[in-house]
Amino acid sequence: MSNLYGQFSALHQLREKAPVFVAVLFAITAWASACNLLLPEDSFFHVSTFTITLLGKYLCYALLAMAVDVVWGYCGILSLGHGAFFALGGYAMGMYLMRQIGDRGVYGNPLLPDFMVFLNWEALPWYWQGFDQFWFAMLMVLLVPGLLAFAFGWLAFRSRVAGVYLSIITQALTYALMLAFFRNEMGFGGNNGLTDFKDILGFDLQADGTRVALFVATALVLAAAYCASQLILGSKFGRVILAVRDAEARARFVGYRTETYKVWLFVYSAVLAGIAGALYVPQVGIINPGEFSPLNSIEIVVWVAVGGRGTLYGAVVGALLVNYAKTRFTGIMPEAWLFALGALFVAVTLFLPRGLTGLVMERLPRREKLKEVAA
Amino acid sequence: MSVRGAFGELANRDQLWPFLMPARGARVDVSKQVLLYIEDLSVSFDGFKAINNLNLYINDGELRCLIGANGAGKTTLMDIITGKTHPDTGAVYFGQNIDLLGRSEAEIAELGIGRKFQKPTVFEAQTVYANLELSMRAEKGIMASLGSRLTGEKRDRIDQVLATIGLSDERALAAGALSHGQKQWLEIGMLLIADPRLLLVDEPVAGMTAQETERTAELLTSLAGERTVVVVEHDMEFVRSIARTVTVLHQGSVLAEGTMEQVQNDPKVIEVYLGDEH
Repeated sequence: MSNLYGQFSALHQLREKAPVFVAVLFAITAWASACNLLLPEDSFFHVSTFTITLLGKYLCYALLAMAVDVVWGYCGILSLGHGAFFALGGYAMGMYLMRQIGDRGVYGNPLLPDFMVFLNWEALPWYWQGFDQFWFAMLMVLLVPGLLAFAFGWLAFRSRVAGVYLSIITQALTYALMLAFFRNEMGFGGNNGLTDFKDILGFDLQADGTRVALFVATALVLAAAYCASQLILGSKFGRVILAVRDAEARARFVGYRTETYKVWLFVYSAVLAGIAGALYVPQVGIINPGEFSPLNSIEIVVWVAVGGRGTLYGAVVGALLVNYAKTRFTGIMPEAWLFALGALFVAVTLFLPRGLTGLVMERLPRREKLKEVAA
Repeated sequence: MSVRGAFGELANRDQLWPFLMPARGARVDVSKQVLLYIEDLSVSFDGFKAINNLNLYINDGELRCLIGANGAGKTTLMDIITGKTHPDTGAVYFGQNIDLLGRSEAEIAELGIGRKFQKPTVFEAQTVYANLELSMRAEKGIMASLGSRLTGEKRDRIDQVLATIGLSDERALAAGALSHGQKQWLEIGMLLIADPRLLLVDEPVAGMTAQETERTAELLTSLAGERTVVVVEHDMEFVRSIARTVTVLHQGSVLAEGTMEQVQNDPKVIEVYLGDEH
């Protein structure tokens, strides 16, 4: 009895599952960082800075995949536009990094970024104010995706838009943003986006130490987001979310305002995606409207499907595996990658509805399952 | 009222402003012994009158059976009472004081109206225990859910309901793994644990074995009295075993009402049901 009660506490679930994930993540992070900083470059075990940045990028994708999994795997909301929140977070960070360039730009204007000087703009637009402050930029990283998700979710879920229709609208959302950001008049650098960043918080972005620090920060954020998500989804809130996924009408007649639950989960997920974008931009050194492309958002869904939706670690594993495959594949046959991705998605949908982690978990001895039946 | 008077009322610190008053907590007024009033109700879908000028009164504590052929409007009526469908005209009152029209499903559920679907609908991916926990009468807001803990009191209540619906041994099973009849019971249990004033039960014994049907009949009759139960059912044998009052619906309105015998001998009912033979 007490055993059963224990399974219901979110803290218990956190104790059960999170430590393994966090331990593995931290071990890899520490090992890679140490091998980069401490070992000489000609050592066999040396990890190049390029690899560190690549790993950091993968971890950002993992966080993004987790954000999609939270809404898709747990609540059945298939968002095909999460790239939009990722890109908005990225742009907020990019704006901060642009302002940090100061007068070191090609035109040497202390206030205006290069592209504005090029467009003959006289003054900084109002929405660029405040981005010279790191704290303000970080606030915007959370607020902008969060508010957009709130407005969008409030309109869509209150009107009870669901299923395919919702997916199509999310797709349209990201597409519309992409077209908007491509315009020079928007003041976000048009199709070139924001790039040529110099430093972050006074540290040189090209330095090995900064690269490693960004990588470590990404790992820390991913771990924190994992624990937070585990806590939220392990609480009664999470059980209501599952109930909404499986039988929304029933949940309504039980007395839950399901649209409110969906809106806030969607906001949470969008904020995670925004943070992922903000960590991504300083590591890859550029943000442009291509990030809003619907194709990117669909790719995230494929990562989650491959890894296994409905489990947080599944999304992370999926993002890491598919992106590693992408890196290798595009090195050998770049033009075939999209076909491979499509084939992968079809294969997973047909043969592995629970993804790779689902496949592995089914093979493992069912210690937990037995315990459940016995309880 | 003068401006000063209005300001005076706003500034009066002895009472809450009306918009700050909690919407819930309004008690159902059943001083006339009637719990549910349905008057002059009509709804049509694309010109088809699913409910046509229907009048129905359900007494407090009663066990009422609704019967009628397919398309008689039984499920639509439940949809209207629970806030899923909005009628074209008419009034639906819970007790004398609570207007149900224009309220959301969740609000109506909070008022104490529980509904069981025709097809058993439970949260299949979660345990029987979690299904009951979710259905409990409690704060249903986001923050309340995030911080919710299972107190001893709540656990006792869940155990009690598990015993009532005979699923104590299946508590840790996923609800999706239950048999059809067990799912029906779990759904009834989910209604019970919410302590509803009014239970709307749509075809509770569909797909049950004779033994399960018998136990369901016992369960429903034992509920009547402290709760009000409205059962929609096709199984005449079952209706006869539980019903005190039967209402026959036909083409969206009430055709006859009374005890089972009265209804069965009513010429109008005979004509509708056996019309072809005359």
